[in-house]
Amino acid sequence: MSGVNSNSRLVITGGTLFDGEKERDNPGLLIADGKVAGLGARVRESHAAQTFDATGCVISAGFIDLCCNLREPGNGQKGNIASETRAAAHGGFTTVCASPETSPINDSGAVTHLIQERAASSGAVRVVPVGAVTRGLKGELLSDMAGLKSAGCRLLGNGSRSVGNARILRRCMAYAETFGLTLMFSPENQALAADGYAHDGQVTTRLGLLGIPEVAETAAVAEMLLLAEETGVRLHLSQLSCARSVDMLAEARQRGIPVTADVAMHQLAFTEESLASFDSRFHVRPPLRSEVDRQALIKGVESGVIDAIVSQHLPHDTAAKQAPLPATEPGLSSIESVLSLGLELVERGELSRSRLLQALTTGPGAIAGQSARLDEGAEADLCVFDPAQHWQPSVSALVSVGKHAPVLDRSLPGRMRLTLVAGQVAWRE
Amino acid sequence: MTALFDIDQLLNEMETGLRRVLEQRGVTDPALIGIRTGGVWLADVLGKRLGIEQPFGELDISFYRDDFSRIGLNPKVKPSSLPFDTEGRDILLIDDVIMSGRTIRAAMNEIFDYGRPASITLATLVDLGARELPVQPDVVGQVLELGAHQRVKLRGPEPLRIELQESGQQ
Amino acid sequence: MTATDPSPNHLQLTRDGQLRHFLTLDGLSRELLTDILDTADSFIEVGTRSIKKVPLLRGRTVVNLFFEPSTRTRSTFELAAKRLSADVLNLDISTSATSKGESLSDTLLNLEAMASDMFVVRHSQSGAPHFIASSVTPGVAIINAGDGRHSHPTQAMLDMLTIRQNKGGFEGLKVAIVGDVLHSRVARSQIRALNELGVDEVRIIAPGTLLPRDVEDLGCTVEYDMKRGMKDLDVVIMLRLQNERMEGALLPSEREFFRLYGLTEDKLALAKPDCIVMHPGPINRGVEIESSVADGPQSVILSQVTNGIAIRMAVMSMAMGGQMAERQYRQTHTNQEARA
Repeated sequence: MSGVNSNSRLVITGGTLFDGEKERDNPGLLIADGKVAGLGARVRESHAAQTFDATGCVISAGFIDLCCNLREPGNGQKGNIASETRAAAHGGFTTVCASPETSPINDSGAVTHLIQERAASSGAVRVVPVGAVTRGLKGELLSDMAGLKSAGCRLLGNGSRSVGNARILRRCMAYAETFGLTLMFSPENQALAADGYAHDGQVTTRLGLLGIPEVAETAAVAEMLLLAEETGVRLHLSQLSCARSVDMLAEARQRGIPVTADVAMHQLAFTEESLASFDSRFHVRPPLRSEVDRQALIKGVESGVIDAIVSQHLPHDTAAKQAPLPATEPGLSSIESVLSLGLELVERGELSRSRLLQALTTGPGAIAGQSARLDEGAEADLCVFDPAQHWQPSVSALVSVGKHAPVLDRSLPGRMRLTLVAGQVAWRE
Repeated sequence: MTALFDIDQLLNEMETGLRRVLEQRGVTDPALIGIRTGGVWLADVLGKRLGIEQPFGELDISFYRDDFSRIGLNPKVKPSSLPFDTEGRDILLIDDVIMSGRTIRAAMNEIFDYGRPASITLATLVDLGARELPVQPDVVGQVLELGAHQRVKLRGPEPLRIELQESGQQ
Repeated sequence: MTATDPSPNHLQLTRDGQLRHFLTLDGLSRELLTDILDTADSFIEVGTRSIKKVPLLRGRTVVNLFFEPSTRTRSTFELAAKRLSADVLNLDISTSATSKGESLSDTLLNLEAMASDMFVVRHSQSGAPHFIASSVTPGVAIINAGDGRHSHPTQAMLDMLTIRQNKGGFEGLKVAIVGDVLHSRVARSQIRALNELGVDEVRIIAPGTLLPRDVEDLGCTVEYDMKRGMKDLDVVIMLRLQNERMEGALLPSEREFFRLYGLTEDKLALAKPDCIVMHPGPINRGVEIESSVADGPQSVILSQVTNGIAIRMAVMSMAMGGQMAERQYRQTHTNQEARA
């Protein structure tokens, strides 16, 4: 974090302010000592050493990402905390939940501490480590949950991997409930997904790709909801991809089961058709599904059944995507395009801007235990973007080590002008 | 535009010339081959005039052209058809126009892939000069010199006529 | 909603619509498919000459890149390339580089250094030829000799040539494809070609475990009962059943499959009397087809082999021609720019 001295004062003028609920005219925002020091009439530009003119822009609480891969600890080829948190800041994110799928895997307090230390020394944004729920993410043995909790993990998950069987899953939940931990799972029935890597539908049938049927997800969602109901654990379903999952989720919430959910932005913006020319960038897991699923997921976000939108950022070196589609590694370098893809949905009238911003701030904030409101006295975690201005996510414009962004060949709306974390500049154009 | 050419007159020239050459060479049982497409129409007419009863062959030289590396394969290629054995035969090769000589070279290469003929006699309706290879017709209907923007084209098969086209300037 | 042009044609066609690679039949027009069949007809004639060679690819190097072993297909490609006067190099990659952990990209870089003009690619992964076509130097033509479950366009086109020879055309025909469609790249290409060439009906006859999801979207009807499915057929195409299909609970036994979906004289008698029988080979006698049918008067299986060479000569010369035309275009373009 650099640029603005922590003692200095900054006033942001002009534009609109998203307060966690809705947008209103920015009455003037004073940042001092890393906090929101004043709003409106009490803010005078003369108070500040610096002013930032946000005319035409939206000032929002910083985005919170429940699913992000920072690739550290790891061998560094696919990114590290320094590079990927800078990419996050470019995307307007001020807090990222770091997936336990690192090398070594974050299944102990020691690894959690290591991540926290690296984040403190080289991270551009706040890093919330997500602990592994099973040892080595192998889905067989319980991880040291109490140790992870005392190291600071509030969220445990199993990364992109599934837990061996329903019995182990049930015990994970019962044990996590003991410590009041929230469990996040990406629901997938391994036996049904088998060797698949694309949505089992029109495109796989045409191109002869190995499909993952919807039922691989929906069967797992049903199982997890029933087990959560029984164990009482706080369950977070991560990266949903199917229309039917949204229905089951809504029904469970209606019955008062403590379950929340997120969806990756690329699931809202793209469908199975993205693979029609074997474009390996769109090899993601869960796979991009049908247009019917895409619309149901957007409706889920709009209605609030789905709490959060995540990046599911998964940076790779170029070699990981340079192979025939089935041999490539899944994942997109997405964190820098989340807002822009969301604004395109807003432009097309598919999603409201207030729900988009809620699903990037207060929605995930409630799950990660982070306030995401720009009230007086709150941490000055915020971003300022111009929704009308365009940028092109070219290889040189992307900050992430991963250059496989979902859109590369055209410009996108939503230029990130400024990202502050605790009042300090994490990204400035 | 077509008034310049009397097609019957040219065909008469060819017929007379061919009879003369065949006699000189002592050829009694020639095998007739036309190069697609104009040469095929001419072979049909000349075959009848010369009283050659054996059906004539049709040659599509697309696979033998030397400009494949510049323009690729002709998408409308048709099978060549030689309804006789060429080995040891006296071939009458007919085409409508000779200019660079490249078509004839390709046609001769193709004929040899069917077998080794005893001889090949070449007759063309029009000779435009501008040769790029040492290939000369034995019989020619008419020698023509064209301007830079002029081209001739044989239209047919019924009726056969020659068109003089002005290209590249409107 | 996709980020890039989803049609495969920006990859396999030149700017004026000629083939420059031959990766899939998806997106190829009826006119282009007919051109391929017509060109193949001309090459069949070449095969009857005393010298069965034409000089089209003289001085060009064709590399047979087989990441999945297949002696039959490789031999027909080799013969086709040789009849076009090309130099041919056979590389059996399945046993060399990749088993040593070398990536496909690295293998390709090495091969390009050999100044090849065409790669004939067989690979177990769907989309591998697309990947190769999009990553090699421009000017090298890629011919798909079968990729995963995706596509086997030369096989499908030689089948189309066989049908046209026997039926005179495609209009009004009812064609059935019988057996393991799920795992079949041949079936996917055949369904596509038959639809584009305008047959009346493509009928799939198979049990539910051997059908891809929503297979009807490819342009076919589905029939589980073979006896019902044989009615009114002009053409029946049998697919090969791999032995490993008994594993993974797709089928109970070869015997039951043959009883239900094997082509016997009795079942063939339910089709039109002039119905032809086809099989892409190699045949499992007694599994997909009874010997007396495979060798019987309605079988055209052997002419499929002859047609295979002609079709491969056609697509190789057409794709090489497209690459040549494009090289020429690029050259004149650069020259014009240099002059300007």
